[in-house]
Amino acid sequence: MTIHMKDVSKRYTLPKGKELLVLEGIDLEIRHGDFVIILGQSGCGKSTLLNLLAGFQFPSTGNILINNKPICGPDPSIAFLFQRPSLLPWLTVEENVAFGCKIRGDTHKLAYRVTQFIEMVGLSGFEKVHPPKLSVGMAYRVSLARALIGHPQIFLLDEPLVSLDTFMRNRLQEELINIWLSEYFTAIFVTHDIDEAVLLGTKVVVLGGRPSRIRGIFDIQLPYPRKPTDESFFHTRTSLLKELKASFIENHFI
Amino acid sequence: MKSLMKYCVKYSKDIEISKEKTMTYQIGYAACGTALLILIWFLGGSYLFSQPGYEQFNGFLPIPTLKALFKLIVDIGFWSSVYASIKRVTLGIMIAFVLGLPFGLLTGFYKRLNLLTHTSVQFLRMISPISWMPIALLVFDSFESAICFLITIATIWPIILTIANGVSRVNVQWIKMAQNQGANDFQLLLFIILPASIPYILNSLRLAVGIAWIILVPAEFLGISSGLGYIINDARDTMEYDRLMAIVIAIGIIGFILDGVIQLVQLSLNWIWIEWD
Ligand SMILES: Nc1ncnc2c1ncn2[C@@H]1O[C@H](COP(=O)(O)OP(=O)(O)OP(=O)(O)O)[C@@H](O)[C@H]1O
Ligand SMILES: [Mg+2]
Repeated sequence: MTIHMKDVSKRYTLPKGKELLVLEGIDLEIRHGDFVIILGQSGCGKSTLLNLLAGFQFPSTGNILINNKPICGPDPSIAFLFQRPSLLPWLTVEENVAFGCKIRGDTHKLAYRVTQFIEMVGLSGFEKVHPPKLSVGMAYRVSLARALIGHPQIFLLDEPLVSLDTFMRNRLQEELINIWLSEYFTAIFVTHDIDEAVLLGTKVVVLGGRPSRIRGIFDIQLPYPRKPTDESFFHTRTSLLKELKASFIENHFI
Repeated sequence: MKSLMKYCVKYSKDIEISKEKTMTYQIGYAACGTALLILIWFLGGSYLFSQPGYEQFNGFLPIPTLKALFKLIVDIGFWSSVYASIKRVTLGIMIAFVLGLPFGLLTGFYKRLNLLTHTSVQFLRMISPISWMPIALLVFDSFESAICFLITIATIWPIILTIANGVSRVNVQWIKMAQNQGANDFQLLLFIILPASIPYILNSLRLAVGIAWIILVPAEFLGISSGLGYIINDARDTMEYDRLMAIVIAIGIIGFILDGVIQLVQLSLNWIWIEWD
C-alpha cells in the first residue's frame, strides 16, 4: 500500500475560540514495505500525524491517500501500536491477542494463529495469564501480537518503546525488525531517538518548527541486521546528525 | 466471561492477604465507635426521659430496646415484614437497573445523547421520590406496584449518572485500540465499555440500595399492611415504644448488612483495572 500525503495541515480548535496549527504543508510519499521513522521534538505533532494516518482524526486541509483512496476512519488494515500497551486487563493474554479477530469475525483457525503469534513474540506458556501479572516488556509483546495477527498492511507505532529499559528496548527493536522483514508491511515509527532511527529505519522524516513542517527526509541504506557497534552504523549516524544540523540551521529552527 | 470471573477471584486473594493485618485494627476501632454511639444514646436518652412528662418514653432507652430486639428476632411476623420489604427493594432496584444500565452506558458513550438528556435527568433527580406517591397511588391499582414504582424512580437517577460517569472515564486507549481493530459502536459498548465500567456499575448499585432502603420506610407508611414501615407505624399506634425503637435499630442493621454485601462484592473485584493499562 502506498501512502500519499498532499499538503496536509492539522489545526486544533482550542477553548475560547483559539486555534493551534500543529502541522502544515506536509507532503510525503511512502512506498509499500518502507520502514519510515518520524523524528521530531516532543510536542511537534508526531502523534497527530499518526492519528491522521490511523483515521482517528482528519486533516484540516489537504488529503491523505492510501492506495489512491482517502482515509475515512479507523481500519484494521492500518494497525496502531500505542505508547502504552493498553491491554484489556479482564482478558487473558490469548484473548487479548484474539480480540480484534473476534471483533472482525475473522475466526478461521484462530486458536492456531493465536498460538503462532504468541510464540512469535516469545510468550509461549503465558497464554492464560492476565495482563496485570505481566512485566511491561511482556505486555508490549502481547500488544505487538495483537496488532499484527490481522496481517496489517500498514503498522503505525507511536514511540512504543520509550518506557522500557535499555536491554528490553534493544531486544524488542531487534524482534520488531525481524517481524517486519518476514511480514512485509509498511512501518511508520515515531521516535525522538536518533540511534533508534538509524537502527530501524529505511527512511527518516524529520519534523520541526511551529507549526511543524517536514525539515528533511533521509534514506538509510544499511543492510539489516544493523548493529550500533558497527563502523557503518557509526558513519551513518554521524552523517545523519550533520545533515540534521544543516537542515535545521537552514530553516532557522533549533 | 469465564476469564473475567477467574480474574476477579484470583486478585481478590491478593488483596485479602495484604489487608489481613489491619483487619483486627479496623474491627477494633469499629467496635469502639459503636460502643460510643450506644453510650451517647444511653446518656442522652436517660437525661431526656427523666424530665417530667417524658417518663412514658422509657422504652426508647438501650436496655428495653435491646430486650425488644431479642423478642423481634424470634418474631415470625417481623421476619415476614423484612422479607416483604427486601422483596420490594430488590424488585424496584432491578427495574431501575434494567432501565438505567443501558441508558447510562449510552449517555456516557454518546456525548450528544448526554447533552440532550442531561438537564432532564438532573431535574427529575431533584424531585423527592415521596412526592410521586399520590400520583403512584392514582396510577397503580395496588400498593405493591406503587411502592415498587417509587423505589424505581428513586434509584434510577443515581444508577444512570454513576454509570454514565464511569463510561466517560474508560481508558481512551482501549477505545481507540478497539476502533483500530475494526469494532463498531455496538461491539465497543459490549466488549470494552461494559466490562471496563463494572466497578462503577457496582458502585451505582450500592448507591441505589442505600437510597431505596431510606425511601422504603416512608413509602410503607402510606397504607400498606406489611413491611418494616408498616410495623413501625403499628408499634406506635399500640404505644410499644421499646418495640418501635427495636424496629428502627433493626432497619439500620439490615441496611448496613445489605450495603456490606455489595461492598464485599466490590472488594472481591480488583480495582487495578481502572488505573492499570
Ligand atoms: N486533541 C488535541 N486538542 C488540542 N491540542 C492538541 C490535541 N492533541 C495534541 N494537541 C497539541 O498539538 C501539539 C502536538 O501534539 P502531539 O501529541 O501530536 O505531539 P508529539 O510530537 O506526539 O509530542 P510527544 O513527543 O510529546 O508525544 C501539542 O502542542 C499538543 O498540545
Ligand atoms: Mg506523541
